[in-house]
Amino acid sequence: MTKIAPNRREMLAGAAGLVIGLALPGAARAQSGAAAVIRGEADAVFAPNAFIRVAPDNTVTVLIKHIEFGQGPMTGLATLVAEEMDASWDQMRAEHAPSDPQIYANLAFGIQGTGGSTAIANAYLQMRRAGAAARAMLVAAAAARWGVPAGEIAVAEGILSHPSGKSASFGELAEAAAGQAAPEAPRLKEPSEFRLIGTDRPRLDSRAKSTGTAKFTIDVYREGMLTVAVAHPPKFGAVVASVDETAALAVAGVERVARIGAGVAVYGRNTWAALQGRDALEIDWDESAAETRSTDELARIFAEAARRPATPVEGGGDVDAAFAAAATTHEAEFEFPYLAHAPLEPLDAVIEHRGDSAELWMGSQLQTVDHQVVAGALGLDPAQVRINTMLAGGSFGRRAQPTSHLAAEIGEIARAAGPGAYKLLWTREDDITGGHYRPLTVHRLRGALNAEGRISAWENTIANQSIVAGSPFEMLMQDGVDATSVEGARDMPYAWPAHRVSWARMEAGVPVLWWRSVGHTHTAYATEVFLDELLAKGGQDAVEGRLRLIRGDRPRDRAVLERVAEISGWQGPGRGDRALGVALHKSFGTHVAMIAEVSEADGMPKVHKVWAAVDCGVAVNPNIIRAQVEGGVGYGLSAALHNELTLEEGGRVAQTNFDTYPLLRIPEMPVVEVSIIASAEAPSGIGEPGVPPLAPAVGNAWRVLTGAAKRRLPFAAPERDLGRA
Amino acid sequence: MTDFKLNGREVSLSIPEDTPLLWALRDELRMTGTKFGCGIAQCGACTVMIDGVASRACVTPVAAVAGSEVTTIEGLEGREAAAVREAWVAIDVPQCGYCQSGQVVAATALLRETPKPSDEDIDFAMEGNACRCASYVRIRQAIHDAAAKLEG
Ligand code: FES
Ligand code: FES
Repeated sequence: MTKIAPNRREMLAGAAGLVIGLALPGAARAQSGAAAVIRGEADAVFAPNAFIRVAPDNTVTVLIKHIEFGQGPMTGLATLVAEEMDASWDQMRAEHAPSDPQIYANLAFGIQGTGGSTAIANAYLQMRRAGAAARAMLVAAAAARWGVPAGEIAVAEGILSHPSGKSASFGELAEAAAGQAAPEAPRLKEPSEFRLIGTDRPRLDSRAKSTGTAKFTIDVYREGMLTVAVAHPPKFGAVVASVDETAALAVAGVERVARIGAGVAVYGRNTWAALQGRDALEIDWDESAAETRSTDELARIFAEAARRPATPVEGGGDVDAAFAAAATTHEAEFEFPYLAHAPLEPLDAVIEHRGDSAELWMGSQLQTVDHQVVAGALGLDPAQVRINTMLAGGSFGRRAQPTSHLAAEIGEIARAAGPGAYKLLWTREDDITGGHYRPLTVHRLRGALNAEGRISAWENTIANQSIVAGSPFEMLMQDGVDATSVEGARDMPYAWPAHRVSWARMEAGVPVLWWRSVGHTHTAYATEVFLDELLAKGGQDAVEGRLRLIRGDRPRDRAVLERVAEISGWQGPGRGDRALGVALHKSFGTHVAMIAEVSEADGMPKVHKVWAAVDCGVAVNPNIIRAQVEGGVGYGLSAALHNELTLEEGGRVAQTNFDTYPLLRIPEMPVVEVSIIASAEAPSGIGEPGVPPLAPAVGNAWRVLTGAAKRRLPFAAPERDLGRA
Repeated sequence: MTDFKLNGREVSLSIPEDTPLLWALRDELRMTGTKFGCGIAQCGACTVMIDGVASRACVTPVAAVAGSEVTTIEGLEGREAAAVREAWVAIDVPQCGYCQSGQVVAATALLRETPKPSDEDIDFAMEGNACRCASYVRIRQAIHDAAAKLEG
């Protein structure tokens, strides 16, 4: 790992990282203790092309290129820097980096952005190199000041020391270190030397988030700011035909009404005025291009497509011969609804339009794209636009918009009204009915068993809309297949004697988007529940049967499955009046196996406990890994039990808020026990991989309890026959 | 004109009386710790105390708190509040953090009423506070930890 030569730009960034600010209002107001998330005017004081700055007050601030919406990149990236600097955790601070597509690029994307559970993986070496460079410069500065060889200087807990008794803090040496040359290739630690990586680090943002002081986009107030509510179309694809704004303008506090691409914007002196003004609008919508089919109808169309030959995704062996020779065959269709991400902070953005420049505050997940779109909307050069990435109250994929529709909306709001400050606030109703959903999906699975009850063939056809086709992420299409539609259904950990996976691309007017773990949200359920059925039909134990099937080149899958069986005390699925269900799924490079303990209550699963075994490579911060798996379990369970978005006849979304799109509550949350596999492999994702195995683990326990597999999610929705074409 | 006490200090607002307390707190008084999540009393992000009772600010017209004492996360004081905050930080309850002001207010109200809550007490008191990040495992643990500390 240490041999990879850092490229020059990264080194420059690492070197410039040791920038010393002389006037330090930003750093000086750093809260005491490690619980600081610092933002704000500090950006203006320090060089922007930097990951690290050391201030005379001895704080080390890491500029975080990834957005923090709960998954912990601020803490994780700061840990990597602190490790190589030999800093004290108490002196570490974090703040979001400014928008810059080169310096702050996600090395997995090539632009600045967060997603695909890539934050730690892509920054692992980059942040460590930056930290190692900073350390080397501090050491060089101390060596020069003390007149001793650099090799004699030790660094620990943010203090440099020499056997002669001399010592100095990072802060005391900061200014001198800035004059040192950046090392060409600073030495990185061997894993055996890690003292922070691999240990539980308290999050840097916990105190601010427990005391109400953490600042989100919704908390930004600018001088003279107007709050804007937008009336969005009631159906996907509808547009404004005409609007009567008289009543809206008569609402006290409403300043202006403007037609924009997204609908009709109402500008209020405060939120209540904007919302009331929006209610008072009278709009005629042109629905001639709108999607008017119901989800019942769409599901039937998708199911028909899944029954026909489709675009090949993966395959091997002679599937048709295996089916012809089978002792038993089994087939099933699985249906998955549209899902809203529903981050608890609804979508929002603040802009200050100053005529020849603009500043944006936003929980942007794809800064580079949003940046260009806002600049374009205002006719400005991107250099005249500045984006402040804010803490976001959740995202789960919702803020990563290839279309930058939110940036476009705030840009148009500012263009329509001219210079001034504006806050765009979506309500929960805007969010739930606003599209950009996890795609409605139908899987059709067929399996063949030989005379010994072993699986001899596997066939899976998936029908859904493409997320990336036609978007700036079109390059993710490979051989006519959207990887995000089928991920998890291919490259499964099992050795099939013969198998065929295909994809049918569906078209519908409902905008779709990546939703925490993307394609894995449905592929894990369909494949792992169907596999469990096949194993049961063949008289095999769910764990033993899987272990027998796991490919020789997938030892990490084997290890997590064995681990979860061990910690749960698996001896078959029965456990009194409860049942255990198991599932294994790899996503974003991380291998997860789960076992859920479930009983039946009022026709619904009641999940008591979930055991999870996780292999995500080097566990940079086990505390955050456990939290992400706990959260993944809850997020996955909410969807599995309750959540679906349906379009009524005519195309309106039936659900509007949390009364009809209910979130999982604390009484439904199971106990979660997480076991992390020790690993020296490069770190992989953790924000998403905890989601996929949860639903099938519950589903498999449910089949044991009730004798019937649940074919349609959520559990709250009744089973149905999608009919034959 | 609506007068009430906010975090121990008198405030006087001349805004439409049907303005939800949530927007009065945020837009007029800049108490931004109290969050907006749903606007229909379904998520608990806007939880504040009104005369000591955990309440949903999004469905409370500002006129309804005339003469009352409103406490937001910023003004939450006392030994229960301190114990809750410390327990929250100690085991890193927050993920995105957006729901947590409401969670902390609701947990503080619970411990004032029920110093040693059972799991069922916690379920009952906290059910109205949704956490989309599902930090529930740690919310439950932190409430037990805070109760233990208070019993001390
Ligand atoms: S915003 Fe008040 S309960 Fe959701
Ligand atoms: S921590 Fe994100 S909603 Fe609770």
